[in-house]
Amino acid sequence: MTHDILVLVDHQKNAVMESTFEALGVARTIAGLTHGRTIAGIAASGAESMVSALGAADAAFVADDQNLAVAAPDALVGAATGIAARCQASHVIIPGTNAFVGVGAKLARRLQVPFINFCRAVRGEGDAIIATSQLFGGKVLADIEVPPTGAVLSICPGVFPPDAGRKEGTPPVERVTVERVERTAQFLRLIESETGDVDITKQDVLIAVGRGIDTEDNIGMAEELAALLGGAVCGSRPVIDQGWLPLSRQVGKSGMAVRPRLYLALGISGAPEHVEGMRQAGYILSVNRDPNAPIFDVSHAGVCGDMFDVLPALIAALKARKGG
Amino acid sequence: MNILVLLRMVPDVVEELVIAGDGMSLDADAIRLRLSEPDEHALEEAVLLKERAGGTVTAIALDAPDIDEVLFTAAAKGADRLVKLHGSWEGIHTQGIARLFCTWLSTVSNSWGADSLLLTGSQAIDDAEGELAALLSEHLQWPYIAVVTSVAMGEDGAARVTKEFAGGLRGEFRIALPAIVGVQSASKPPRYVPVAKVRAASKNAKIESVPVTVPTGDSLRVQKLSFPQPAGKAEMLSGSPEEIAAGILERFVHHGIL
Repeated sequence: MTHDILVLVDHQKNAVMESTFEALGVARTIAGLTHGRTIAGIAASGAESMVSALGAADAAFVADDQNLAVAAPDALVGAATGIAARCQASHVIIPGTNAFVGVGAKLARRLQVPFINFCRAVRGEGDAIIATSQLFGGKVLADIEVPPTGAVLSICPGVFPPDAGRKEGTPPVERVTVERVERTAQFLRLIESETGDVDITKQDVLIAVGRGIDTEDNIGMAEELAALLGGAVCGSRPVIDQGWLPLSRQVGKSGMAVRPRLYLALGISGAPEHVEGMRQAGYILSVNRDPNAPIFDVSHAGVCGDMFDVLPALIAALKARKGG
Repeated sequence: MNILVLLRMVPDVVEELVIAGDGMSLDADAIRLRLSEPDEHALEEAVLLKERAGGTVTAIALDAPDIDEVLFTAAAKGADRLVKLHGSWEGIHTQGIARLFCTWLSTVSNSWGADSLLLTGSQAIDDAEGELAALLSEHLQWPYIAVVTSVAMGEDGAARVTKEFAGGLRGEFRIALPAIVGVQSASKPPRYVPVAKVRAASKNAKIESVPVTVPTGDSLRVQKLSFPQPAGKAEMLSGSPEEIAAGILERFVHHGIL
């Protein structure tokens, strides 16, 4: 076993996803502590088209097969196991995106090493490497020692800086032939995102509603505010799951990543899956009744209070400003 | 078709969480538990699937405070069979839970046919050791898929599922039974059942209580739990609603939004 750190490359439609660069940055940190190399592992169809974006890796191991174009977890685990065996890396870093849910836990069992999920920090402490996982919607942190003999870590998307793993250049490539996995779901077709009437990724102002909006009818107030500010309404997962807003308005892990000038979050707790999609906004202002809501940690300003007191006052003030 | 639904209780994060004296776990006496939200969606998807494609739904849970009400609610929603696993397993996490469920499943596996489908939540908020559905897949050697938002049966006897990726993109997959599916959200919001219906279920439905011993195995060793220090960077506005509104507008002007 080497002291090398393997990163599984997250890609969609043959484009390397931002989460990959975050993972490469983490891998480089750990490789610095283990005195090993950083290796990019790509399981894809047409994999070599992505290699030139992976200059932060010292080497790329590529499993290229048409069955890996849009792969189910079992097929990904099979390819990753083959890549890991070939490069003999001691540790594997996996972006914790939807494509990889379950992959880390399965891969760790195949490699007979521990799996550490939801990592949001990694540090050296003497001779030890400590990973910090976020649990319970981000409300509790767990420090867990990463065994020097090997582990698989899944990192929270949107937490680590991508620039630490972004570098142009093409690492040396080694091709890996992996066995086709029989016991796996088979990909049938892609279902593109519904564009809907509004593309929230292009809005300057977004009024985001979460569980705290309470009812579908209350979204009307958010719509009124959005109209006054020249923006649009979007929502966190619970609101979309209720059917109160269409999928095209979802912000977060399974939805859109947005960078408006203003993100006004109403009744959104700030669970990691949501924050991942909006933390890059220019100015974030949040209203929540819970003083400990994680959303305040990523906000520029906040109001700990009842949105149903604040919203009408804000709407009235905006109307007065426009009218006066 | 046998549809199995695994239900897990997790700490209710709406309540304040308390770290135990050992600093390595939550204080079990001080936290309230609730049904893991993705598991609630898994149950809903199971019942919807039964309504469309037939079969029976078995809801299985580990013994925990208020678990009987959770199981009776499952019955009120449409579960046909209720199973509660009991034993002593203080402080086990996802790896131990997976071993426990597999122990029970292997004792009854000859009563499940090849047309079995196991649904549970795609992830839980305490899955530091990994996702339960993924671990079960390794134990049982059944194919697995997660982040699923709809399950249907194809004419060939395999399931058709929709899996979420990023940016609103989804994929349709075929998965042959027996299989394990991690449900992110059901194709419809979980149905509401009135208290009276749950009470009726508690009189008519029977919970099979099964003793299980947790097989030993590896578990992650947590060095320390802590609460995140607030970044403290949010400027908190206070006062009357009108004062807050004025403060907000002032900041909008300052940041070029107005």
